[in-house]
Amino acid sequence: MAMGNLVRTALKAMGRNVMRTLLTMLGIIIGVASVISMLALGLGSQLQIQSQISEMGSNMLTIMPAGGRRGGVRMEASATVLLSSDDAVLLEEEAHYLSDVSPFLSTGGQVVSGPNNWPTQLQGVAPAYLNIRKLQIKEGVAFTVLDIKQSAKVCLVGQTVVENLFPDGRSAIGQILRVGAVPLRIIGVLEQKGSNTFGQDQDDVVLLPYSTMQKRMLAVSHVHSIYASAVSENLSDKAVEEVEMLLSANSRLISNGEPAFEVRSQKELIAMFSSTSEMMTLLLAAVAGISLLVGGIGIMNVMFMSVTERTREIGLRMAVGGRSLHIMLQFLMEALMVSFGGGLLGVILGLGASAALDRILGWPVSVSETSVLLSFGVCTVIGVFFGWYPARKAAALDPIAALRYE
Amino acid sequence: MDKWIIEVSDLKRFFDVGATRVEALKGVSFSIKEGDFVSIMGSSGSGKSTLLNILGALDRPSAGRYVLDGTEVGGLNKNQLAGVRSRKIGFVFQSFNLLPRTSALENVELPLIYHGGMSARERRHRAEFALEQVGLSDRLNHTPAQLSGGQQQRVAIARALVNHPVLLLADEATGNLDTRTSYEIMALFQDLNAQGKTIVFVTHESDVAAFTQRIFRLKDGRLVANEKVSIVQDAAGLLKANIEIS
Ligand SMILES: Nc1ncnc2c1ncn2[C@@H]1O[C@H](COP(=O)(O)OP(=O)(O)OP(=O)(O)O)[C@@H](O)[C@H]1O
Ligand SMILES: [Mg+2]
Repeated sequence: MAMGNLVRTALKAMGRNVMRTLLTMLGIIIGVASVISMLALGLGSQLQIQSQISEMGSNMLTIMPAGGRRGGVRMEASATVLLSSDDAVLLEEEAHYLSDVSPFLSTGGQVVSGPNNWPTQLQGVAPAYLNIRKLQIKEGVAFTVLDIKQSAKVCLVGQTVVENLFPDGRSAIGQILRVGAVPLRIIGVLEQKGSNTFGQDQDDVVLLPYSTMQKRMLAVSHVHSIYASAVSENLSDKAVEEVEMLLSANSRLISNGEPAFEVRSQKELIAMFSSTSEMMTLLLAAVAGISLLVGGIGIMNVMFMSVTERTREIGLRMAVGGRSLHIMLQFLMEALMVSFGGGLLGVILGLGASAALDRILGWPVSVSETSVLLSFGVCTVIGVFFGWYPARKAAALDPIAALRYE
Repeated sequence: MDKWIIEVSDLKRFFDVGATRVEALKGVSFSIKEGDFVSIMGSSGSGKSTLLNILGALDRPSAGRYVLDGTEVGGLNKNQLAGVRSRKIGFVFQSFNLLPRTSALENVELPLIYHGGMSARERRHRAEFALEQVGLSDRLNHTPAQLSGGQQQRVAIARALVNHPVLLLADEATGNLDTRTSYEIMALFQDLNAQGKTIVFVTHESDVAAFTQRIFRLKDGRLVANEKVSIVQDAAGLLKANIEIS
């Protein structure tokens, strides 16, 4: 029996009870739609995390004192090694795989200007930090190496700080803000960055020369960490190795024969967050997959009903020369088309739902071709799997008994 | 042309129902020539349908030989039997057995779907021709619900003819019809027989059997008589002569 006849016969059977066919498809439709939208949501948020992390600077490396924990033993605070700006200088001069290096200190603080004050994050950095974090100056200028040398009382401010200290909209450039007793002259305003993946407002920040923070605010000689950027994303692994090698040469940074510092690249960060969101995606997809399974059982149920209802038809088809194989294929094709049709409608609904999540809720979605192909593949398998048994039952009927069936 | 279409010898069919064995056919032997028009008569439960089902390759004998058009049918498997039904047999049922909500044309095309290697055009052609043979050229697209009982049975006969079978079988084909319509159907069968079709016809009614050329009488699973009908009635003639057949 030709394919065309099989398809036509199946369509006819489906058309004979449109409502039931649609209800049978519903399980598959919902299953496929949720698989597609869940995977789209998962992929979307994964891509968003990736792009936000690389927005921070995809080549970025962070060098910090090793965490308080090594070899399972919690270290005394005094045992933690401190990084110094000399380490940053060393890296800047010696490292081939680094393009920018900046010491980094940070502290929270209340900034005051006239009647307004605002709690914010103060960061002591070198001019290279702007490159490393891909920060842009919107207005004014950045501070310079000279400002570092002179521990100049200047700063750059983020948009949120500007809005809160100068709500009347006048330019912040040239204004003085005070942190405790230290007055800082605003020489530049940073381009807006928005919040990052973790919900932090990246514009709620004041940048000042690290030396100014060391001497005038914190009265320390060390730095909290060192930021650097690899010359390219591909070379960030090499850069990590190089930094480890260069810093390990300094005995001050070795404790118990091991480096007392950690070097992290953005690559690792991306991998870490991707793996959590992949887990999440898998979980969601599994839940959606279960609804597909339930849809398949629905198909099997209806196919059994259909075989029973059409027993006489099956008997007749056999009587006029239909073989068991023909009957089997007929019902298999019907199950397949129900699940495939459900799959098709499900894909459409899933795409619609994904678009709606994007438009209405503003959630990041990205529909992958794989998820669409996967859904169709799964539908085919479900159709054959759950159609098989009812089709077998139909094919095994005895023509005389089937013709007599009331 | 004295070709044997059916040769049956010592045909038996048992049904085991629980511990008891029902012997529906207890050893039946006969032959039917090409172009014959035979009716099988007998009381209810005498084994008529059982015999016809075996002749129609719908069922297999428990014992005995059955040769149809030179093919030994007794030992064939399920698929081979389906092949025999597809190529050699046309079956007409008491209850028409048309597919509901399906046009006459498509109902008639049905056997050809299982024929293999036939284009949609050829199928349609042959179905149209078969419907023309039974006088329903003007009802091609009617569904069974839109046809009278007699017309439905004509569609069923067209369906039985469409694969050009060597043997046309009918089990109580007039059983659900009134007398006048029965006669019309018999006239159709006589017409087909006149064109050379071999027909085996199961019936209760002796006035219907009177339109056939030979009567087999079954009793309790045995063939008790095989008699030639001396004066074959002409159904078309009777219809013409007496419009008032009730
Ligand atoms: N599948 C079956 N299982 C058990 N017994 C059966 C089966 N089919 C037929 N029989 C028995 O075989 C006998 C003959 O049945 P069959 O249907 O051939 O009778 P029939 O002559 O066609 O009767 P009727 O005129 O009422 O149609 C009956 O006694 C019936 O009970
Ligand atoms: Mg019977």
